[in-house]
Amino acid sequence: MYTLTDVSKTYTNGKKEVQALSRVSLTIPTGQMVAIQGPTGGGKSTLLQMLGALDRPTSGSVLLGSEDLAAVSNRRLTELRAQEISIVFQGFNLIPTLTAQQNVETALVPLGVKARDRAERAASALDSVGLADRGGHLPAELSGGQQQRVAIARALVRQPKVLLADEPTGNLDEATRDEIVALLMTLWRDRGLTLIMVTHDSWVARRAQRRLRIARGTVTDSDVSTPA
Amino acid sequence: MLLTYVRRELRGRLRQTLIVAVGLAVAIALVLVVNAASAGVRNAQDDVLESVYGVGTDIEVTQAAARGAGGRPGQFSFGADDGTTSDDGSTSVATDQLSITRGTTAMSDDVASTISAADGVSDVTATLMLTDQTFSGELPDAGAAPASPPTGGGGGARFGGGNFDVDSFSVEGITPGATALGPLAGADVADGRGFTTEDAGADVALISQSYADSATLSVGSTITLTGTPVTVVGVLGSDDSATTLSDVYLPIDVAQALSGLTDQISTVYVQATSADTVDTAAAAITAALPEATVTTQSDLASGVTGSLSSASSLVQNLGRWLSIAVLVAAFGLAVLFTISGVTRRTRDFGTLKALGWSNGRIVRQVGVESLVTGLIGGVAGLVVGVGGILALNAAGISLSGTTGAGAATAAGAGAAGAGAAGGPGAGAFGGNLPGGAGQAASSTVETVLHAPIDVAFIATGVGIAVVGGLLAGVIGGWRAARLRPAAALRSLD
Repeated sequence: MYTLTDVSKTYTNGKKEVQALSRVSLTIPTGQMVAIQGPTGGGKSTLLQMLGALDRPTSGSVLLGSEDLAAVSNRRLTELRAQEISIVFQGFNLIPTLTAQQNVETALVPLGVKARDRAERAASALDSVGLADRGGHLPAELSGGQQQRVAIARALVRQPKVLLADEPTGNLDEATRDEIVALLMTLWRDRGLTLIMVTHDSWVARRAQRRLRIARGTVTDSDVSTPA
Repeated sequence: MLLTYVRRELRGRLRQTLIVAVGLAVAIALVLVVNAASAGVRNAQDDVLESVYGVGTDIEVTQAAARGAGGRPGQFSFGADDGTTSDDGSTSVATDQLSITRGTTAMSDDVASTISAADGVSDVTATLMLTDQTFSGELPDAGAAPASPPTGGGGGARFGGGNFDVDSFSVEGITPGATALGPLAGADVADGRGFTTEDAGADVALISQSYADSATLSVGSTITLTGTPVTVVGVLGSDDSATTLSDVYLPIDVAQALSGLTDQISTVYVQATSADTVDTAAAAITAALPEATVTTQSDLASGVTGSLSSASSLVQNLGRWLSIAVLVAAFGLAVLFTISGVTRRTRDFGTLKALGWSNGRIVRQVGVESLVTGLIGGVAGLVVGVGGILALNAAGISLSGTTGAGAATAAGAGAAGAGAAGGPGAGAFGGNLPGGAGQAASSTVETVLHAPIDVAFIATGVGIAVVGGLLAGVIGGWRAARLRPAAALRSLD
């Protein structure tokens, strides 16, 4: 469970200060599927960075379970990113020189998984997203939808507790978008994940249990409902 | 995963990998060739010095010649009653004199003992450099006009109706049995035998191959020196390592007796206890013998002139600075390309950090990539460098080194046409003497450049590759480590 209390984040750009998050307080229970919407520059990605242990707030606390991500050491943040939290990016962020299989394996490297186990688990993860026969392909040899499936396999191969998705369907066509959303929802249901998605797409957002709206660094809860 | 990622990255960025590797390869190859050429030139210098000063000589001690002192420049003097006067009034004269070589000064052989007791000195051997000059011919009647143009023999000179021959060759007295140090250390005896300690006091000689050829001498031949017949017991080889300075070598006591320079020497060859103590020994000798000229091997090397000297300057100056410039450029290229690669992979490294890769793992990744690129360049550089060295050796570049030039020419007024001063009553002749006397203070040695392929050079090449790779890797890795994991998301907000 995430508990954010008075989280603010200020960036300094020269002499100018930009308030990306302003006193955000929020609780996200374990296993909830949340969609975050808002205008560009409203603070969506900053909030995701705080939740993903990619950055620290300027003030306030971000509790993941009982650990304050604003206060733990950098080493512990790295461990949390390796063990508890996974992220799916809008641009897929696959390493272009590695095959699909090797890209999935990169998520297991910091856990110290042996090469043979790594290969087996990566193959299984690719199978679970319907890409069992694409393991040897480079990202450039895959379609956008297939690349995002590889990115999802990479995110899930280490069985995280939290899956953060940053515009996971932003670069996909409508049909592929539907496939990816369906896949994410299936995995969320089957694995009991906490799934937090940043999205511009209201159709995608409506699939979430809960929708948060963020603008000018301030979060408002839209509604909590059963996902469609 | 580390090596898989490295392999994939280097193949995926093949052009960048090749540019960096080629840059390092060129630098390493250049360093190897310049190092090898430099060693080859040094070896050639050593060959030249060894052929002149013998193997193992660290220091040479001579007595500085006072102006006008040290041997007479080809001067012969006759008394009024010398020679045999014929009926036509002409006088036949012949003389043979053995004197200290011009440009050198005799000193007491106590000097050798003094040097032997100096700090840092391991071994000494003394020599006496002499020049034998012979004059034979017919002096005209001072009162008669020349009847016909005079004729002269080969190597002879003529004047005012006289007809005479002058000849000279260099003679060096050495310590018999001193084979480890001195002018004949490292020299081979091509025919006959070398000196042994039993030859002390014996009228025996070793001669150089070139003198044997020019004077038509061989083992068993006799040379007459100031009226004393000396038997040739050995002919020295003519290969590079045994190219000798003097024409004739005698036991030093014999040389001293024949030249009338009893207990006198002209040169002391000194071996230091180690290469590190050469300067110490030279300083100690200078302190003990303030009037002596103390010359170390490095001084001797700097005195070598000719194409060898030019090659040495070229390698030492142009080659060294070119190598450094190319090396700096190659290192700079490697660092810049690595930093550029890291910058272009910001999203990749941000993603890996978001996946939980530690800074250390990412630095290691970048470092190993750079190191492997460096090693590829290193191997290529070794191949090209060794090829370049082999090509250099195959070219058979001939170098000549001249030592002691400038003291080579015997001074004196030209004799031709000078006339017989004083006729048969008394005469003195001076002239530029052919052969050995002129060579006494200088020697030119031809040698072929051989650039050695040394394990140390190979290690240097590999070392440069490793250093270049590590330098680029450390700087690139440091830059990658500074990237925030949030950089992976940056493009979206």
